Amino acid sequence: MCGIIAVIDRAGCPMDGTKIRSALSMMDERGSGEGAGYAVYGAFPEFADYYAIHVFFDAVHESKAAVDRELGNWGTVVHEEEVPTYENRNIRKVHTPWRYFFKPDPSLMPRSETPEDDIVMHLVMKINTTIPGALVYASGKNVAIFKASGWPEDVADFYRIQDYSGYIWLAHNRYPTNTPGWWGGAHPFNLLGWSVVHNGEITSYGTNRRFIESYGYRCTMYTDTEVVAYLFDLLVRRHGLSPEMAVKALAPPFWDDIDRMDKKERTLYTAIRLAYGSAMMNGPFAIVVAQRDGIVGFTDRIKLRPLVCGTAGSRLYISSEEAAIRTMEPGLEEVFMPRAGEPVIGRLGK
Amino acid sequence: MTIGSVPVRFRITVDGSRCMLCGRCVENCPYDVFRKESDTIHVNSRKCVACHRCIAMCPRDAISIKERPVDYRSHPVWTEEARESIYNQARTGKIILAGMGNAKPYPVIFDSLVLDACQVTNPSIDPLREPMELRTYIGKKPGRLEFRDDGDCQSLVTTLAPNLELATPIMVGHMSYGAISLNAQKSIAMAVRESGTFMGTGEGGLHPSLYPFQDHVIVQVASGRFGVDINYLERGAAIEIKIGQGAKPGIGGHLPGEKVCEDVSSTRMIPVGSDAISPAPHHDIYSIEDLKQLVRSLKEATEWKKPVFVKIAAVHNSAAIAAGIARSSADAVVIDGFRGGTGAAPRVFRDHVGIPIEAAVASVDAKLRSQGIRNEVSIIASGGIRESADVAKVIALGADAVYIGTAALVAMGCRVCGTCYRGLCPWGIATQRPDLVARLDPEVASRNVANLIHAWTLELSELMGAAGINSIESLRGNRDRLRGYLLDESIMRVLDVKPVGA
Repeated sequence: MCGIIAVIDRAGCPMDGTKIRSALSMMDERGSGEGAGYAVYGAFPEFADYYAIHVFFDAVHESKAAVDRELGNWGTVVHEEEVPTYENRNIRKVHTPWRYFFKPDPSLMPRSETPEDDIVMHLVMKINTTIPGALVYASGKNVAIFKASGWPEDVADFYRIQDYSGYIWLAHNRYPTNTPGWWGGAHPFNLLGWSVVHNGEITSYGTNRRFIESYGYRCTMYTDTEVVAYLFDLLVRRHGLSPEMAVKALAPPFWDDIDRMDKKERTLYTAIRLAYGSAMMNGPFAIVVAQRDGIVGFTDRIKLRPLVCGTAGSRLYISSEEAAIRTMEPGLEEVFMPRAGEPVIGRLGK
Repeated sequence: MTIGSVPVRFRITVDGSRCMLCGRCVENCPYDVFRKESDTIHVNSRKCVACHRCIAMCPRDAISIKERPVDYRSHPVWTEEARESIYNQARTGKIILAGMGNAKPYPVIFDSLVLDACQVTNPSIDPLREPMELRTYIGKKPGRLEFRDDGDCQSLVTTLAPNLELATPIMVGHMSYGAISLNAQKSIAMAVRESGTFMGTGEGGLHPSLYPFQDHVIVQVASGRFGVDINYLERGAAIEIKIGQGAKPGIGGHLPGEKVCEDVSSTRMIPVGSDAISPAPHHDIYSIEDLKQLVRSLKEATEWKKPVFVKIAAVHNSAAIAAGIARSSADAVVIDGFRGGTGAAPRVFRDHVGIPIEAAVASVDAKLRSQGIRNEVSIIASGGIRESADVAKVIALGADAVYIGTAALVAMGCRVCGTCYRGLCPWGIATQRPDLVARLDPEVASRNVANLIHAWTLELSELMGAAGINSIESLRGNRDRLRGYLLDESIMRVLDVKPVGA
């Protein structure tokens, strides 16, 4: 099952974590108490220009030196700290969450149009595949990820998310089937600026994984959701597709519909399906992807998972359940349900 | 008389209490097994090849065939086949010919792979109620799309290379006019047109009676260049360069002169009655860059409007060869596994050279992906595809589509007797003898082939729906949906599949 909720304040006004904690807890029915998580954009204004590299260490004294060395090889750490956590009797602290604020040295990645991002991506893949006991679970600028095994309210209290503010929040309440009880398996998944929350199961995972791995990404989290973050990074950052187009590549129209389009559109969607057929995601899913300047929510092509949206002033909400949205915002102006495969986009400043 | 006669392979008996002396067996058997004298049917069992034509035509079920009624003394090493081949070659001093595909009892990998289905955590999809997409495009795909920003929207800059559009990922492979009869080719042509898919001409030219179906025909250019001219190339929907064939990797082809009748001669553009011998290599291809020149010459000749395929036999190094082909401007690579059929091949090649299609497709797909060139070519798998499950499995291993050959012939009546090389096919398929060819009615046979493609397509939809997949591209290369059942670890590594239960 799983429950998701996301909110963006399109005017960029910060919201603290209190309300989203209540909204996610409202959907405890959709979880099993074995994984929950939150993402917040705008969390580190004082380090906004640095990559906030989050690492779960199994044992700090065993693995941290190796991670420090890797980071040192590629740039400078301007600040680092253990992510503050607070004793909670329902959460067993099996990892030590750590965050580094990191500035890559672009001269080390010549011939790249986005050298800093490429360095950070390389570091994530390298650390996660070669340093035992260390898992990078977030790597974007000005974005914080809080996740652990537990109920939403316990995870929120464990990190005291009410102490953080931001203009985008994503939250996820997990009912795990693939990797229960593993912190790395909790959502949101993050790579660079991309964060993903996902309800569902991707039946095309094997195809998607082989596709994305041929572009240098390495799937290390033992779950299907991480490919969504990588696919967005590939399609939008590296291939230059708009978020709308990226959604159309991941959940494209049916051929029958494409056949009925006018020539220009037909060519466009045929090209998308031919070029990105292996990126297309199948199976039941509702997903919200966030990036620095907005969020996009969409479902699979036959909408086998719920997704509902609401607006109030400058705020756009996307969630598995209307009740969760109403918990955050009793005075909704509009509520609507997007059609299967249709993206719902909330952009900063629009 | 040193060797004497070997044990008879098949024993025919006619049950006198059932036989009504209608003589259909006599008429139908081109191998002269039956003879009618006064009120008895006499049989010469030694001539029988077990084609089952008599069994199919006997109105009273009076005929029975027993295989190996008097067998050799059994021996685990010196099998009857081993001994018989030696007797044969001791007498003749020649290469032994054989038909159809590999007849050695190698394990079939397909039969040790099982497919997945959804339960609870994700719903299966009912193809009767939800759309199920099997449409497949064969050809070069862009590696990435380029867009131009036009104010609010993006417009596409990338242009698409020509692709074949298939309604189902099942095509009928190359069987030439000459190897099979014109009626057999016509039947296949009618069937693929109805099914929205394609067939190959083989290296036998394109007979004018197939012109109406040319939009569904892939024309072949092989090492003998038989039947090739600009008219032929322009009529095809795509062009295939045949380098090798799964039944006989590394060697050429041979159509005996007896099969080269007037019509075959004009279609192949060779003299009547002359042997049509295709050399082992193309005499203008001695390396990969030569192949590239031929691919580009064929494209140039047809104004870059047609996809060009390259067919190779599945051999040990297929993956690297396919990677070379992907860089040659070719649009698709056809991999023909060692079970692939043939009208005639040296038995030693048919049974001992090449590798199974399952392993070849898995390694080709993995190699192309690791080099980031998977979109440069489509992968067509052929050789030993017997049922829809094989289609699903080979697509999950990485193929885009399949060619069937033997399965289409079986749908027209072929009993897989493996005697195609004698040119006496009693089903009117692998023969040019007019009375035998006339036995195959294209109206009926085409329906049978179309039914087969339709039935497999339905089954494929059901298998995909059960796996929670509603579009064929999400099955392609999705090896996570396969499990190996009692396969050894090394082969599972090649296939990149997990064992059952894992």
